[in-house]
Amino acid sequence: MSKKTLIVIGNGMVGHHFLEQFAASPAATEYDVLVFGEEKQLAYDRVHLSEYFSGSTHADLAMGTADWYTDHHITLKLGEPVLTIDRDGKTVTTPAGQYPYDELVLATGSYPFVPPIEGNDNEHCFVYRTLDDLDAIRASASNAKTGVVVGGGLLGLEAANALKSLGLEAHVVEFAPRLMPVQLDADGGAVLRGKIEELGVRVHTEKATTAIVDGETARLRMNFSDGEFLETDLIVFSAGIRPQDTLARESELEVGERGGIVVNNQCTTSDPHIHAIGECALWNQRIFGLVAPGYTMARTLSAVLNGDGDAAFTGADMSTKLKLLGVDVGSIGDAHGQTAGARNIRYNDEQAGHYRRMVVSSDGKKLLGAILVGDNSYYDTLLQYALNGIDLPESAESLILPESQGGAPALGADALPDTASICSCHNVTKGDICGAIDAGCSDLGGIKAETKASTGCGGCAALLKNVVDSELEKRGVEVSKDICEHFPYSRQELFHLVKVNGIRTFRTLISQYGKGHGCDICKPTVGSILATCWNEHILATDHVPLQDTNDTFMANMQKNGTYSIVPRIPGGEITPDKLIVLGQVAKEYDLYTKITGGQRVDLFGATLSQLPEIWEKLIAAGFETGHAYGKSLRTVKSCVGSTWCRYGVQDSVGMAIFLENRYKGLRAPHKVKMAVSGCTRECAEAQSKDIGVIATENGWNLYVCGNGGMRPRHADLFVTDLSDEELIRTIDRVLMFYVRTADRLQRTSVWMENLEGGLDYLKEVVLEDSLGIGAELEEHMEGLVGTYQCEWKTAVEDPEKRKRFREFVNAPEKADPVQQWTTERDQRRPVLESA
Amino acid sequence: MKARTRWDVVCMVEDLVPESGIAVWTEDGPVAVFYLPHRLPALFAVSHTDPFSGANVLARGITGDLKGEPVVASPLYKQHFSLRTGICLEDESVRLKTYPVLLDGNRIRLEIPATQQQTQAA
Ligand SMILES: Cc1cc2nc3c(=O)[nH]c(=O)nc-3n(C[C@H](O)[C@H](O)[C@H](O)COP(=O)(O)OP(=O)(O)OC[C@H]3O[C@@H](n4cnc5c(N)ncnc54)[C@H](O)[C@@H]3O)c2cc1C
Ligand code: SF4
Ligand code: SF4
Ligand code: FES
Repeated sequence: MSKKTLIVIGNGMVGHHFLEQFAASPAATEYDVLVFGEEKQLAYDRVHLSEYFSGSTHADLAMGTADWYTDHHITLKLGEPVLTIDRDGKTVTTPAGQYPYDELVLATGSYPFVPPIEGNDNEHCFVYRTLDDLDAIRASASNAKTGVVVGGGLLGLEAANALKSLGLEAHVVEFAPRLMPVQLDADGGAVLRGKIEELGVRVHTEKATTAIVDGETARLRMNFSDGEFLETDLIVFSAGIRPQDTLARESELEVGERGGIVVNNQCTTSDPHIHAIGECALWNQRIFGLVAPGYTMARTLSAVLNGDGDAAFTGADMSTKLKLLGVDVGSIGDAHGQTAGARNIRYNDEQAGHYRRMVVSSDGKKLLGAILVGDNSYYDTLLQYALNGIDLPESAESLILPESQGGAPALGADALPDTASICSCHNVTKGDICGAIDAGCSDLGGIKAETKASTGCGGCAALLKNVVDSELEKRGVEVSKDICEHFPYSRQELFHLVKVNGIRTFRTLISQYGKGHGCDICKPTVGSILATCWNEHILATDHVPLQDTNDTFMANMQKNGTYSIVPRIPGGEITPDKLIVLGQVAKEYDLYTKITGGQRVDLFGATLSQLPEIWEKLIAAGFETGHAYGKSLRTVKSCVGSTWCRYGVQDSVGMAIFLENRYKGLRAPHKVKMAVSGCTRECAEAQSKDIGVIATENGWNLYVCGNGGMRPRHADLFVTDLSDEELIRTIDRVLMFYVRTADRLQRTSVWMENLEGGLDYLKEVVLEDSLGIGAELEEHMEGLVGTYQCEWKTAVEDPEKRKRFREFVNAPEKADPVQQWTTERDQRRPVLESA
Repeated sequence: MKARTRWDVVCMVEDLVPESGIAVWTEDGPVAVFYLPHRLPALFAVSHTDPFSGANVLARGITGDLKGEPVVASPLYKQHFSLRTGICLEDESVRLKTYPVLLDGNRIRLEIPATQQQTQAA
């Protein structure tokens, strides 16, 4: 049987999501799939478009890869718009040719509405929808001082923020009497306006622009209907979006009065072989300008094409929660109280800039909608009441009162019905989560992997964790964070106990807070905590038995019981003289020599008793321990940067050396790696490190929580264009917060993913100091930096400590008989097949 | 014929490291001696050779207790061995040689079984 052809027009967010769903479904084998995209880039995350201005690239925002399309036999034609549809002949035409289809999917999204104002076609007038738009805005802004956004809605405010981040004085011009007229009421709009003006964005409401003409003090002048005017260098129109339904109109499909391709519950248009999903589709007289409903349509259509007779799109919730210019704004359900008989409960604190409104049913029992400005911590609970029709408590106002005024505790996960939607991005209900748990998932990570919950926008992370914890508890699964049988505490709790009670030895800790004698899990953990808290030498008598052998002997044990030695070579920069010393020492002790991935030299095959002698020689030549054995900072890799490289914009080597010297010796829950690149070409691979620094024209971009190894993870862009001082302060805080709160053997990536609120939360703590601990973290780090000592230097100078390095205490001259050697590629290597 | 055994002095008290082990060389090969001051008895001696890797490293493992049993964890592959019986907790078919150990004044003595060669020579 020959295959049918499925054509998708539009490679945007919804079109891509549809392909992901469809490619994984049985029907995929029955079709050849062909996709046409007008934009020249592969589908990208438009929701996070603004991050393009803060350093993200198309690759960061991309939703899939070209390889994914190839692997799934999907033909992707980018930069090739469909011009016409011939419904009778069942073909589409592009500038490149004509293609037949059996089923056609329109996922053409929408286009920004530009009000018909004289002069709106000026070269410095823009819209805010695509990467190309942003490139054009950036180019125009490079020699501009002021920028105006026309439209004070959700997108307009986001665009204003973007202009601000480009260094422009930003204005918002809104036709309505308030900001965000769709989502907010007059009071909410006023509070938001106050907050936004505080941030330096000028807001002009009730202004209708009549013409755009040449300016006198700037490039352009906007004339308003009230006779006033405003001068600006560029204008961004954000006055709403219109469904992209041109193809449908021209091929005489049914479209709505005010635009939109009419679809039924199966997302099928008036032609049974043509379907429409996403922002171009009009369902029940409604257009959905958010991505989640589009995704739901995509899933529905994929099911329909698989012959699922029950699949139906039944509308979607348009509640939104967002941060606009750093201000929390939330709008839920019937925010304007349009339901008959609806009543309102309001809370307004103008001083603090907090406004909350609940719309409740006439009998006062159900929540119909809500508006929040200034504090979104109330959002999750309110949304659950509204979506699930849960009966409101007696004094419903407690849901929006601040806690100090008797506010209600958040709605427990227990109170939610099974149908409650937990993750709207991936359409996961509480029932789905319970199902995954019953099928054997027993932790958050497993449930995320199984249901995909919380892997989209991440907004549901806290709620998901609550539901999972409460469900696990209900099933009698103990959600244990105890590190081992000796301590009923997590690493973080132990850290706290040690710090607060000034505990300095393992013995004291275990006698007061644990039981038994400890083990190879809790001892090194406590050893690392004690080192971070008090920074005493790791070979101090009390600490010796706590350490892993590598820490005890400050070298890495290899399979035959010998050790490898890795001296620190900060930033990978080394003088010829030092390099010669390494060679001489290696030769003298016949050490196998290899260059590591972290830009240093590893010397293998030293016996226990040789270690102090070797280090004496290395220290005399100016080397320090490289901590390759410890759960601590390994290396700060660097490229040569601006000193040599013709592309370099900053001195990456200098910065790498500075960072390595600053953080060397810091004990952490796991090893920590860093890198510094001298420009965006990223030769030092900083984005695969726990802390990655990439030079920009204006300073440094900081990436955090990446790693290579078994489960590689790209680092996340944390903050851009930092000065040297800001960079160091930020790294101080991130590292110290990690050291204090991570679990045993948790790398920064897993730690961050497990923080409630993930990256955003980390940003709040570090950049906005939301916990008020910033100064303390910096101070703690400063203290550690100040008390750093090279452990090997201290050890070789102390005869008592040197005694530890005797291979056999009663036979100093005895060579370990199992250490047998042979020669391979001109170097010594162990033979050890016995055992 | 019962093999003759000897109580060899292997080290002094000051050579021991509290809560940890040291290695000594004996006629019977390398032996790890552990000193756990918070237990009674406080001295243990087991083979220094890790049966899983063949390397002489057990004295450099971390000591502790699991469900009350005094143990050392191999520094290479992390199996736990009972210091009393030498049995590997993860694989009971594997067992370390153990040696009676005693404190004589400030000397540490091990009871070493005579080796084949010595018996013959005697
Ligand atoms: C700055 C910004 C911020 C946003 N923030 C949020 C948010 O916080 N939350 C939220 O839910 N939503 C947000 N949105 C809206 C969200 O991006 C859209 O809902 C979503 O992108 C809709 O997906 P879509 O696939 O329907 O349309 P699109 O992503 O627009 O994709 C349509 C694609 O079809 C292409 N196309 C059109 N006509 C043709 C043709 N004839 N031939 C070939 N290709 C064609 C277009 O070029 C486009 O690439 C935001 C949007 C913007 C611009
Ligand atoms: S990252 Fe940039 S500065 Fe560094 S070596 Fe590569 S191209 Fe040169
Ligand atoms: S990749 Fe495996 S074999 Fe290579 S060094 Fe790491 S642990 Fe050893
Ligand atoms: S709601 Fe977006 S990831 Fe769950």
